[in-house]
Amino acid sequence: MTIADITHPSPAEPSLFVRGIRQVRKVPFSVAFGIAWLAAMVLIAFFADLLRPYGITAMDLRARLSLPGNPPHLLGTDELGRDVLSRLLQSIRVSLAIAFGATIISAVLGTTLGFAAAKFRGAVEHLVLVLADFQAALPFLVMSLAVLAFFGSSMPLLIGLMGFYGWERYARIARGLAISASAQGYAAAVVQLGATPLRVYLHHILPNVASTLIVSMTLTFPEIILMESGLSFLGLGVQPPETSLGNMVGFGRDYLTRAPWIMLAPAIVIMVTTLSISLVGDWLRDKLDPTLR
Amino acid sequence: MAGPILQAKDLVRTYEVRQGMFGRPSPVRAVDGISLTIMPGETLGIVGESGSGKSTLGRMLLGIDPAQAGEIAFDGQAMPKLGTPQWRALRAKMQLVYQDPLAALDRRLTISAQIAEPLAIHGLVPLEHRQTRVAELMSAVGLRPDQADRYPHELSGGQRQRAVIARALASRPKLLVCDEPVSALDVSIQAQVVNMLRDLQEENHIAMVFISHDLKVVRNIADRVAVMYLGRIVEEASSDVIFQSPLHPYTRALVSSVPVPGRPLKGRTILQGEPPNPANRPSGCAFHPRCPMATDICRTTAPPLRAISADRTAACHLVADSAEPVAA
Repeated sequence: MTIADITHPSPAEPSLFVRGIRQVRKVPFSVAFGIAWLAAMVLIAFFADLLRPYGITAMDLRARLSLPGNPPHLLGTDELGRDVLSRLLQSIRVSLAIAFGATIISAVLGTTLGFAAAKFRGAVEHLVLVLADFQAALPFLVMSLAVLAFFGSSMPLLIGLMGFYGWERYARIARGLAISASAQGYAAAVVQLGATPLRVYLHHILPNVASTLIVSMTLTFPEIILMESGLSFLGLGVQPPETSLGNMVGFGRDYLTRAPWIMLAPAIVIMVTTLSISLVGDWLRDKLDPTLR
Repeated sequence: MAGPILQAKDLVRTYEVRQGMFGRPSPVRAVDGISLTIMPGETLGIVGESGSGKSTLGRMLLGIDPAQAGEIAFDGQAMPKLGTPQWRALRAKMQLVYQDPLAALDRRLTISAQIAEPLAIHGLVPLEHRQTRVAELMSAVGLRPDQADRYPHELSGGQRQRAVIARALASRPKLLVCDEPVSALDVSIQAQVVNMLRDLQEENHIAMVFISHDLKVVRNIADRVAVMYLGRIVEEASSDVIFQSPLHPYTRALVSSVPVPGRPLKGRTILQGEPPNPANRPSGCAFHPRCPMATDICRTTAPPLRAISADRTAACHLVADSAEPVAA
């Protein structure tokens, strides 16, 4: 018996490139802007060393507090004559590393605990829910202050600490969705097909609940940027002479009336980045759902 | 091979139901001492009202709902515990077809990916031949090849149920439990799906448990029919016999309730009232409050399931007082 390999017959299938162009054209302007902005941010984060015109600690004492728009210092300088543009680029790198790292840690941690609660029920579920309630009731900023004051601030500690922010939301969402999927419906059906729990959770439940989790991520990402900004503003986040967006806002505060550009530049970056994340996240969720296409 | 494919003995499944927030939990016997034997290639229809425990029984036969008492043997082997690797491996031999196909399908995967799923789970067909097998299955259940890349929500109800059936058949099971497989479908589609199920079952020599409340459908597909009332089998016989000459008053009422075109409803036995609350089972025969022929003994003593003739059992005092009891 010969078995013919039936690959899908594709009459007049447009090439990948043409389809790609068509897809791009359908993207709304706001989303396109968001994607472009985020791409720029990521590129800056990777190539900050090459892009910045001056070192972040290089002082130009004759050009202190110079206005933005002048040739040597495009975004002006701060009170020590350091180039704001150079410091901004470095800040984007530091803040993005913290925000991305922390968001991923918190999403993975929360989803894993939520799935574990849904799978094992009983004591495991109670423990996870109690921890989630505890986390939700805890004033996170106060706890972070205590931890950072006690251990001293460092980049890995900061990322790890921020990674605990918001995990309880993922845990609750993941648990609820996984339970409803296994009680009736597709997950129970796949269990009945003989699938291992790992397959059921990773191959079926996770893709189905991913859209909700992505939305949750677009909410926590800006919050983590803002949280880091707040901590740096209070002097417990990123330590000088290293710089981050929040750190810049914090130190620029003293010169708010005389040299607002020191603070405005990082503030605008924080705002536009969080906005872009929300726009792109919303759009991505709709795109990833075949039932909404 | 002459042994039964599935043998169930005295199955019991009880749920605790609480009345109100502080009420005492009262046990509900959803399945109350049911014994069944299914031979290879045979179709057993299970009929009964909503709440009679049909679906629970179907899930227990597959080992999805653990039996609290009694035992199930599949192909001579005792049913492994739910969730063990042995239980999972046995899924390739026994499959379930669901009432609601949209809920049973993963809305993010294409139909062909879902039909291939049992093959991947049990490692049955090597990767390079999997597409061929999926195409075979799809044509067997009457799905077009161009529907392979569709998502469940892009198909009609009947097509979805065909996809569920194709998925259930992918691992070449020996037993198929169909839990109300057509009750969510249009009448015109029902007949197509039932006929297709019967053809596939005969072709592949699959034993089938067909759970339904629709007597016309059961009559069409089943070799043998068991009638359930409040978690117990009240009558069991071959399909032709039971619809020609029902013995138990409940079966009689069910059979006479099937509308026949052009015949008025007069002179039919129409059941009065609701099925009783299973948490508060009537004394004696559970059917006596609704039975038009109930006598004193029906109110006090529960009738055992007796053999009336070869291959025919019924649980009623009014039928065959002299017959031998087969199960208490």
